Amino acid sequence: MKYLFEIVCVLLIIGIFVLTQVVGNQFYFFIGFVILQYMVLATAWNILGGYGGYVNFGSAGFLATGAYTSVALINFLDIGLVEQIIAGGAIAGLLGFVTGYLTLRLRGVYFAIATLALAIILETVVAHWDYVGGAAGTSILPKRKPELFDIMVVDRKTGIFANYKEFLFFLMGTVAIISVWIARYIENSKLGRGLNAIKDSEEAAECMGVPTLRLKLIATTISGAMMGVAGAPLASYLTFIDPLSAFNLEYAVNAIAMPMIGGTVSWMGPVIGALLLGTAQQVSSLWIQSELNLLIVGVLLVIFVIIAPEGIVGWFRKSRKGSRG
Amino acid sequence: MSDPLLRIEGVSKHFGGFTALNNVTTHVNPGERFGLIGPNGSGKTTMINCVSGLLRNEDGKIIFDGKDVTDLKPHKRTGAGIARSFQIPRPFHTMSVIENLMIPAEFVGHHRGEKTDDRAEAMEILETMGMADKAEDPTTDLTQIELRKLELARAMAAKPKLLISDEAMAGLTGQEVDEVIDILFKMNERGITIIMIEHIMRAVMRFSQRIICLDAGQLIAEGTPEEIVKDKGVERAYLGSTDDG
Repeated sequence: MKYLFEIVCVLLIIGIFVLTQVVGNQFYFFIGFVILQYMVLATAWNILGGYGGYVNFGSAGFLATGAYTSVALINFLDIGLVEQIIAGGAIAGLLGFVTGYLTLRLRGVYFAIATLALAIILETVVAHWDYVGGAAGTSILPKRKPELFDIMVVDRKTGIFANYKEFLFFLMGTVAIISVWIARYIENSKLGRGLNAIKDSEEAAECMGVPTLRLKLIATTISGAMMGVAGAPLASYLTFIDPLSAFNLEYAVNAIAMPMIGGTVSWMGPVIGALLLGTAQQVSSLWIQSELNLLIVGVLLVIFVIIAPEGIVGWFRKSRKGSRG
Repeated sequence: MSDPLLRIEGVSKHFGGFTALNNVTTHVNPGERFGLIGPNGSGKTTMINCVSGLLRNEDGKIIFDGKDVTDLKPHKRTGAGIARSFQIPRPFHTMSVIENLMIPAEFVGHHRGEKTDDRAEAMEILETMGMADKAEDPTTDLTQIELRKLELARAMAAKPKLLISDEAMAGLTGQEVDEVIDILFKMNERGITIIMIEHIMRAVMRFSQRIICLDAGQLIAEGTPEEIVKDKGVERAYLGSTDDG
């Protein structure tokens, strides 16, 4: 069936909505949000890193750009969550475009260093910008009784969602599914094939008619925008935000580790990686010890680099090919 | 006589203080088999990098098919009809053989607004190379000569008017060299102009209708293979002057 994937996507969004209505324990939405956020971040990273071969080490910077766009606009215009997500995505997408334009002549490790530097610069700027809380951070009180197209969205009695945790979970779930759809679309498109050629040999790609600079700029813009979308609801989720939490190194590390462990060649890789690693991290930090989660990432990365360098997806594909003969 | 397909007019290229190409002027006629020779470091690869656009020449002009392409990016030049192979094969190594050909077919073909069956055309190119049975293989499984053929096949998939073959035969056995020459002859018969850069004199002499010789970035000789063989300057460039000793 031609639209099977799209139908599954819609069913999943409906399923997430149903979950918010029937599951009473808010705790699941609390940790589910984080895993879904990582799924968006990992999928976004993979568009540039997995398909195009450009390692972005500054994912936290793009995520935080989304988060702080929200904070600034909440302070300035008191806008709602959906508008925050759109604005966060737009600003981070613009940042992706500019970063791409300035740094894409750099290759390999130099590009990675440049993106890391970008995140550090942005963190310093935000830490000195008092309007959004500066280094001390600021608390964000979610809007009381938000409405969207005259429909009450969050209210204990009359709203679609009884509270903000449910609303945030639903929004991030929808965003995650749309992100995965976009990644899959790119993977099977001319853009995806061009990015693959760039990853394999940029000069050969250029000489074979691939407009390398243009494709890379499209990729950095889309990837940056998706990361911004993932970060936009962060302030509302945490109800408090400071540069340390928004620019956390964990975001940058996980954005790379999750696609690497899942497999970078397919849209499924980041999804699997985020589900596995995200769940393992949440479980270990909540029930065992909070410092354990980065250790898990490190150990898993080492294991995968040695045993399955192409990730879980690559490992499955190889073993299937092997059994066919 | 018809206008040249490619005109190189006073092209120079420097790397720091080193002059890789010094005011080179030449032309290639439509349908011609054109040889480019010269000792190591004489500027052959620099010259074709300037023609294909990977390097930007500082002085002079490159005119292709009546249009000045000096300021065009490589992918635009490929779209205009210049395709090349690489001296050290650079396959798209995560793709299969036929997928390698689909990249130029898709990006150049669509560029020209053609809607042909890319896959069938790619298969046809592989057949002329004798590589049809390798179409679905990963490029990592290919042998040296197959990689060289893939370089040529991929360039052909861009439907060029001018094909630049950059040392496609280096390191191959005598029989393999003949095989590659046959392929290049076949392409030429289809009306494609070919520039062959080669160290294997037997191959260049047999293939080319006209040859130029570069030495230290200067064009030192131009003529038919017979004329080049007799040229004193070429002899000096390759063997050194007998007056020195």
